[in-house]
Amino acid sequence: MSELLQTAPAALPWENNPVLAVEHVFMRFGGLIAVNDLSFSVGRGDITALIGPNGAGKTTVFNCITGFYKPTQGMLRLQHASGATFLLERMPDFRISAKARVARTFQNIRLFSGMTVLENLLVAQHNPLMLASGMTVLGILGLPGYRRAEHEAVERAKYWLERTGLTPRADDPAGDLPYGAQRRLEIARAMCTGPELLCLDEPAAGLNPRESAELNALLLGIRETEKTSLLLIEHDMSVVMEISDHVIVLEYGTKIADGTPPEVRNDPRVIAAYLGVDDREVEVVEERLDQIVEGAAT
Amino acid sequence: MAADDTANKHGPDIAAAVKDALLSGLVALALFGPLIGLRTEQNMRNELVIQSRWGLVAAIIAVIVIGRFLMLTLVSPALARRRERVSATPEHPSALRQALGKWFAPASIAFLFLYPILIVSLLGFQGSLKWVDNFGIQILIYVMLGWGLNIVVGLAGLLDLGYVAFYAVGAYSYALLSSHFGLSFWILLPMAGIFAALWGIMLGFPVLRLRGDYLAIVTLAFGEIIRLVLINFRELTNGSAGISSIPKVTLFGIPFDASPGGFAKMFDLPLSSAYYKIFLYYLILLLALLTAFVTIRLRKLPVGRAWEALREDEIACRSLGINTTNTKLTAFALGALFAGFAGSFFAARQGFVSPESFTFMESAIIVAIVVLGGMGSMVGVALAAVAMIGGTELLRELAFLKTIFGDNFNPDQFRMLIFGLAMVGIMIWKPRGFVSSREPTIFLAEKKAISGSLVKEGHG
Repeated sequence: MSELLQTAPAALPWENNPVLAVEHVFMRFGGLIAVNDLSFSVGRGDITALIGPNGAGKTTVFNCITGFYKPTQGMLRLQHASGATFLLERMPDFRISAKARVARTFQNIRLFSGMTVLENLLVAQHNPLMLASGMTVLGILGLPGYRRAEHEAVERAKYWLERTGLTPRADDPAGDLPYGAQRRLEIARAMCTGPELLCLDEPAAGLNPRESAELNALLLGIRETEKTSLLLIEHDMSVVMEISDHVIVLEYGTKIADGTPPEVRNDPRVIAAYLGVDDREVEVVEERLDQIVEGAAT
Repeated sequence: MAADDTANKHGPDIAAAVKDALLSGLVALALFGPLIGLRTEQNMRNELVIQSRWGLVAAIIAVIVIGRFLMLTLVSPALARRRERVSATPEHPSALRQALGKWFAPASIAFLFLYPILIVSLLGFQGSLKWVDNFGIQILIYVMLGWGLNIVVGLAGLLDLGYVAFYAVGAYSYALLSSHFGLSFWILLPMAGIFAALWGIMLGFPVLRLRGDYLAIVTLAFGEIIRLVLINFRELTNGSAGISSIPKVTLFGIPFDASPGGFAKMFDLPLSSAYYKIFLYYLILLLALLTAFVTIRLRKLPVGRAWEALREDEIACRSLGINTTNTKLTAFALGALFAGFAGSFFAARQGFVSPESFTFMESAIIVAIVVLGGMGSMVGVALAAVAMIGGTELLRELAFLKTIFGDNFNPDQFRMLIFGLAMVGIMIWKPRGFVSSREPTIFLAEKKAISGSLVKEGHG
């Protein structure tokens, strides 16, 4: 399979050695088809945006990628830069984060609100710390190996606190932070797991324009310094168009557009589906669509 | 409530208070008139005769009317003023409170070590028995059980209503293995703990998919199953008759008895049963401190943080690569381990175990200790154990009240009533338990207590 992919000349930049390839994924809930034969690729080192109107199935796709749902059908192939390949649809959710190194944030923020900011970042480093504490046994005895590991973990947490501007609030409970800071903390927490692919579910929701601009800078910085690929769901078009390299548009669980931001922005189907049209304009748009389809056929 | 509000602004509103008090009197009359005022009794010919007790009813109503009036005119305004004053001053702990928080735990541990010496020097060996055994040992067993359950309920947020099952496993492990195979307490103590932990894992596996109320009900059922097995598996456990004459604990081979090799003879002391009790006291104190030490250590290790994270948000835990099943199982197993230790100590101390000792009531008391103490707080749980167990023991000491209320008065019978009242009171004034704030496990610049309102109770 991989040979086939490598030998075939890649038409699009993100098809070339993608970090994540979603292939013919279906997700059915009883009679409802939430995701219908979806295929796309997330380019390595790209910022890929998944957009679409409410209920289009974006979060369902996320939940399939991060293992919270098992897709009814289809394949999700994740490949590290080192070449290790993981079939995500076959892995339980916690192993997807631990082994395949896919981290995610949530649409409705899920922090450990009764724990401090620093503790949140240390929980994210659970697996390496658990190993260092000898599965707790050596840790109880207080051996120096664990203390060193914890010190490193704190250093890593400090680094991300600095990056997200949360250092002054490190010892405050996460639930006490303002909304924007909670969003940033969730990203910092996800980054503390050292992910290959970071999935962000509406990171700019509820942010004011300044915070939104800061978020853009943070995400671009993450891609720059950590070489992490980003996949984000977003409604805020300023974020999507400014920072993403590749945009995928979903409607009713089906992909209706896939391309660079300018391509997608000018796609009439996207305009119709995503931005919505007035009732009066429906006919006009349908006419235009018909013309496009005819044009494509001829 | 409306009357309260006006009273706050303009001082006590006498007319409204009088009206309110009379209304309460009317309600009380409707309630207590038939309930207390009329009473049927059988006479010699087996006929029911109505007796009226209007004097008593009048007294009760008078108490209610006057009480309500005083409540509205004096108590509520005072409380409101206090509330205003408290909300006006920003919350920051005084130096005294900070010192108290810092020194309370070491000071109480020192006191616990000195307690038997203090009691013996005050009351002599014979007089000390009751205070060391009924108060000291009894309370410390529950402190240990509370701390053990605190791992499961307080840290991991898994409501376990069948905790006493693991206590029973520990007790029966010691009782059976020591009386059948003659193994010593020091070998059986860890074994009992390990058996209980294995049961914790075995019971844990099927139930960990459940959450919240469902988990609570299934663990409750497991507690009952273990008790019913102990009653019905007569060949092994001797049924409800229990197992008696369980060997005592020895001090590394030195028995506490009158034999020539016994403790008293060996050290040339006069014979007394107090030595054994004091020895048991120190044993359970050390076991309880071991529990505390391990729990405090674990909280600062990744597994402890994972427990607390699990209590806060399980889905986020899974998204961070934490194996939630294993994490829950370790919490269950460790909680059960300490219950097993406590159980084997209990069997050795009593010399007798029967299923009677492991009823749901015990589980409920332990859960109440953890909740009352403030979930997750070691000091709070210890205080709650002292209040709950020490309180019930104290009620036995109230025999002098018989001189006031007559010979039929038995303060023991009021135990549950007082319990209930105390619980309701605590839930009103301290809804998150005695110690409601959470202490962070690590800090960069400054250690700040986390308000209980942010900490979640767990959901399954």
